[in-house]
Amino acid sequence: MTSIAASTSELAANRRDIRPGRIVAWTLLMIGGIVMVTPLIYMFSTSLKSAGQVYDLRLIPADPTLDNYIRVLADGRFVRWFLNSTLVATAVTLSNVFFDSLVGYTLAKFEFRGRYLVFLAILSTLMIPTEMLVIPWYLMSSQLGWLDTYWGIMFPGMMTAFGTFLMKQFFETVPDDFLEAARVDGLNEFTIWWKIAMPMVTPAISALAIFTFLGNWTAFFWPLIVTTSRELYTLPVGLSSFAVEQSIQWEMIMTGAALATIPTLIVFLALQRYIVRGVMLAGLKG
Amino acid sequence: MASVATPSGPAGIAGLWDRLSIRTKRVVWAWAFLAVPIVFYAGIRFYPTFQAFWLSLTDWDLLRPAAFIGLENYRRLFADPVFWQVFRNTFAYLILGTPISLVLAFVIAFYLDRVRFMHGLIRALYFLPFLTTAAAMAWVWRWFYQPVPIGVINGLLSAVGIAQQPFLRSVDQALPAIMVTAIWAGLGFQIIIFMAGLRAIPLTYYEAARIDGLGEWAILRKITLPLLKPTTVFLVVFSSIGFLRIFDQVYNMTTNDPGGPLNSTKPLVLMIYQTAFSSYDMGYAAAQTVVLFTILLIVSLIQLWLLRNRT
Repeated sequence: MTSIAASTSELAANRRDIRPGRIVAWTLLMIGGIVMVTPLIYMFSTSLKSAGQVYDLRLIPADPTLDNYIRVLADGRFVRWFLNSTLVATAVTLSNVFFDSLVGYTLAKFEFRGRYLVFLAILSTLMIPTEMLVIPWYLMSSQLGWLDTYWGIMFPGMMTAFGTFLMKQFFETVPDDFLEAARVDGLNEFTIWWKIAMPMVTPAISALAIFTFLGNWTAFFWPLIVTTSRELYTLPVGLSSFAVEQSIQWEMIMTGAALATIPTLIVFLALQRYIVRGVMLAGLKG
Repeated sequence: MASVATPSGPAGIAGLWDRLSIRTKRVVWAWAFLAVPIVFYAGIRFYPTFQAFWLSLTDWDLLRPAAFIGLENYRRLFADPVFWQVFRNTFAYLILGTPISLVLAFVIAFYLDRVRFMHGLIRALYFLPFLTTAAAMAWVWRWFYQPVPIGVINGLLSAVGIAQQPFLRSVDQALPAIMVTAIWAGLGFQIIIFMAGLRAIPLTYYEAARIDGLGEWAILRKITLPLLKPTTVFLVVFSSIGFLRIFDQVYNMTTNDPGGPLNSTKPLVLMIYQTAFSSYDMGYAAAQTVVLFTILLIVSLIQLWLLRNRT
């Protein structure tokens, strides 16, 4: 990170007085950035308007009110969906951090016959789109009683080839000497992985965790298929059904959309630095 | 020492374990680590893949047991005019969406990389939409596209004296309108990746080029773009696959007539969803997923091949 920071300032210093048009460029970038967040701003603004004010397109509500939020939250549905999404995304993320790392580590640091075959087999699953698997998964879930359960929502994503590949790339950069020293000290292989190797790849783990959490938090297609009872909806599926039900009450729909967006925005704005770094890491290594 | 590390078990197994060479022990550990994942990938990835191919050759509808009907589902699909409409739509999302979003993302990343004043803030503005839920933001955009007096965009247009646009209610405008939502949602990710790629180019290359007297435009064409190729390949493939699999936005922006008006926005994934989970025509839907798989495979291979041969 330090090298990137250093190179940026050098870069900027190099180019400081080359371009007279930079003020224009800056202004255009700023305008573009504001356009990008306009949908979010309008969503929040409308969620604070009463039904009578929705047609007033002014950005700042004339008479802001939290009534919509109180009405939407009153029956507890959104709270339930929020908890469902949190539970599902957390469990899947923990599973991915554990298994993708374990497999990535094994493929990076162990010598055994069939290693390359296992790696290729896992990597080849990247070519298979989820949409192709949902019908067999649905069949499997209905036979095993997983339809409309938390496990049913979670099971397809418990491990991913992308995560395994990412972790393998990073474990390859861990020097063998460290692991060998731990082996001489008599630590078993599991402990060496968990206590020695894992702490050495924390940036990769945080990138993997953020991606997996965000992906599962916003997931729509499979949760829509596998859940049928309202109590088990995840937030995106719940919001979608809520919006259909509200029909043209846009202030209520915007409130629901805001409720689905606020938690991630808060968490991810706080973690923005790590997310940007994670996206960069994954993009470069992947 | 070694016996401390072994899993405690009957003395016979512990004794056997102790007699193994260090090398063999590590092989045993490796397969122990891989045991659960192998079961997972076999059961949740590979078996379902083969099953999807098999189901596409049957008339399974959840009620009766699946019967083998050969290629009948494919014959039916290729004779269905709705499928060809859906096929065109799916490629329209790809062919318009990928170049527009990549060019936009590159231009923004290129200039944003040089901006120092409020760099973090501007970057956050572009990145924020990436952190939202597609299903939620689809409804915000749907509201934006409403006619006056509800819709923001038509409100703006009428304020400057431009005629109202039907957007989601028009067979011509609905697909581009939905595509804008998808481009908006993915742009921040692409910008960040492009910026990472730009920063990975060593500064000495630029300095050498400047000493050689190359102008900004020549530097961009001869140094930046060629060295950025791995990043571009990654983003082209990644975003193409995203557009070919578009679903969340279309589903939520057209709930009153999914994929409408008149199927003009329906992508393949929505057709699959309806065939499988509204009509329960599982065999027919499985054939559609095989077609999707084939399209994704061909498009990825063509792009990798094209971008490999051009520098």
